[in-house]
Amino acid sequence: MSESMVKAEAVHKRFGRNEVLKGITLDVAPGEVMCLLGPSGSGKSTFLRCINHLEKINSGRIWVDGALVGYRQRGDKLHEMRESDVASERAQIGMVFQRFNLFGHMTAEQNIIEAPIRVVGTKRDVAKAEAKVLMDRVGLGDRLDAYPAQLSGGQQQRVAIARALAMKPKLMLFDEPTSALDPELVGEVLDVMRALAADGMTMVVVTHEIGFAKEVGDTVVFIDDGAVVESGDPVSVFENPQHERTQAFLSKVL
Amino acid sequence: MAEADQASEPAPAPAAPVEIKAVPVRRPGRWIAGILIVVVAAALVKSAATNPRFGWGTVGEYLFAPTVMDGLLKTIELTFLSMLIGIAIGVLLAVMRLSPNPIVVAASGFYIWLFRGTPVLVQLLFWAFIAALYPVITLGVPFGPALLSFDANTWITPFVAVLLGLGLNEGAYMSEIVRAGLLSVDEGQEEAAKALGMRRMTTMRRVILPQAMRVIIPPTGNETIGMLKTTSLVSVLAYTELLYAVQLIYAANYKQIPLLIVASIWYLVLTTILSIGQYFIERHYGRGTARAVPPTLLMRIWQSFSTWRHTEVDVPQQTRHGL
Repeated sequence: MSESMVKAEAVHKRFGRNEVLKGITLDVAPGEVMCLLGPSGSGKSTFLRCINHLEKINSGRIWVDGALVGYRQRGDKLHEMRESDVASERAQIGMVFQRFNLFGHMTAEQNIIEAPIRVVGTKRDVAKAEAKVLMDRVGLGDRLDAYPAQLSGGQQQRVAIARALAMKPKLMLFDEPTSALDPELVGEVLDVMRALAADGMTMVVVTHEIGFAKEVGDTVVFIDDGAVVESGDPVSVFENPQHERTQAFLSKVL
Repeated sequence: MAEADQASEPAPAPAAPVEIKAVPVRRPGRWIAGILIVVVAAALVKSAATNPRFGWGTVGEYLFAPTVMDGLLKTIELTFLSMLIGIAIGVLLAVMRLSPNPIVVAASGFYIWLFRGTPVLVQLLFWAFIAALYPVITLGVPFGPALLSFDANTWITPFVAVLLGLGLNEGAYMSEIVRAGLLSVDEGQEEAAKALGMRRMTTMRRVILPQAMRVIIPPTGNETIGMLKTTSLVSVLAYTELLYAVQLIYAANYKQIPLLIVASIWYLVLTTILSIGQYFIERHYGRGTARAVPPTLLMRIWQSFSTWRHTEVDVPQQTRHGL
């Protein structure tokens, strides 16, 4: 594993005068599942959104698959990327949101085929065939014609995962994918994510699901107050946390 | 002990729930109001039928007169074209208003301030007299060479003046409606589209606007109906739309009332058609939402009438499957 899928170096992010990220450095290897944990407001979701340039970082660098995110380096100068270049970088990074954000006026199938057709230029019938395969994969092969409002939260999130996968991303970002779900619906979404991880997808997951992080995560990163407090394999972080802030957090959630 | 034994006995099988059959509350107020309205309505109908000065014969005579038909067509044409201009300008101004560029925002704000702040009748007169202000209209590089020149009197015909007056004014109102629609769409929709690699224009066209339509359509329907009636203002510019057409007739035969009734009948016919059209457009853009499109006025009247009689009539409801 010579090349990292995601490489972040001293990433800082401010909202006005409020510094949310205070120098985050980390590495995600291809095929790795990294779980970001931490109290709310710690900056873990903001960091995730920086990876696909939904948020602009104020200093530091992020690379995805070797390419700088949002900027182009010419000599020692950084140039902002044009919108079309940012868009094509994003097209290769799948993202799943806490609030699903399915397009409300489109059926599940239309949600899935929209970006492949409009962004990649896939033929409609090819996109439809792929949508069917993806919906089968997330266990919703019979709900292609359902509108988001007709689906439960768990089903909507599974469609959202299928929609992201339709772009054949090399990296998937999950922003608290189960936080908006009723407890009995969390399992079906985690099952889909578990299967995805087993298929070798590189995943960065912001989550409060300690059980999932323990079982599926290759690395667990504990973030507090905009900085990485502790990271490592799940067993060592959960069983034997070194830092007192990690211990305090884990004692509340475990 | 005996009590405990009783308690432990198996409970009897639950009987089917008994439907409540209660005597309904008397509502004499409703009956009185209903009867009163019916009596007044009957009196009005009788008066309309027996007062010869309504001139129903004349109404019938002129309802389909060629001059009236021609005016009607022009009214429809004006309404349609000026709404088209209004919507196009409205979308443009709304998108400008949400731009990150402050000068673009200010330009949009100035336009709205100017056109919403002056009466449309005054604007119409301005356009009619534009030749007095700019006898020659020149297109070219600002402060630079001219490329094209028009003679205002030949190019700004009454029709063009009227269209500009109504359309530019409408654009100011439409922009607020469109802006409200765009803002009503959840930000997460734009983010999801961005994250999928969609560009801003594609996102606007495919994701934001279609969902904003649900909020934009009802007030736009009102604006269209309003526009239909506002076109009658154009009669002061001697443009022969529906109202001016009937005015020309009654100027000759002095039958003002019957001819104004003719015009009113046609306005009512057109607004009714527009309302029906609006219902179907709303239903189309309501797809994917759980909320049913509200029933039409007629359905509502029927519904309230039937609940009054304590009978149940199913008003057709939009299913969750949409169209």
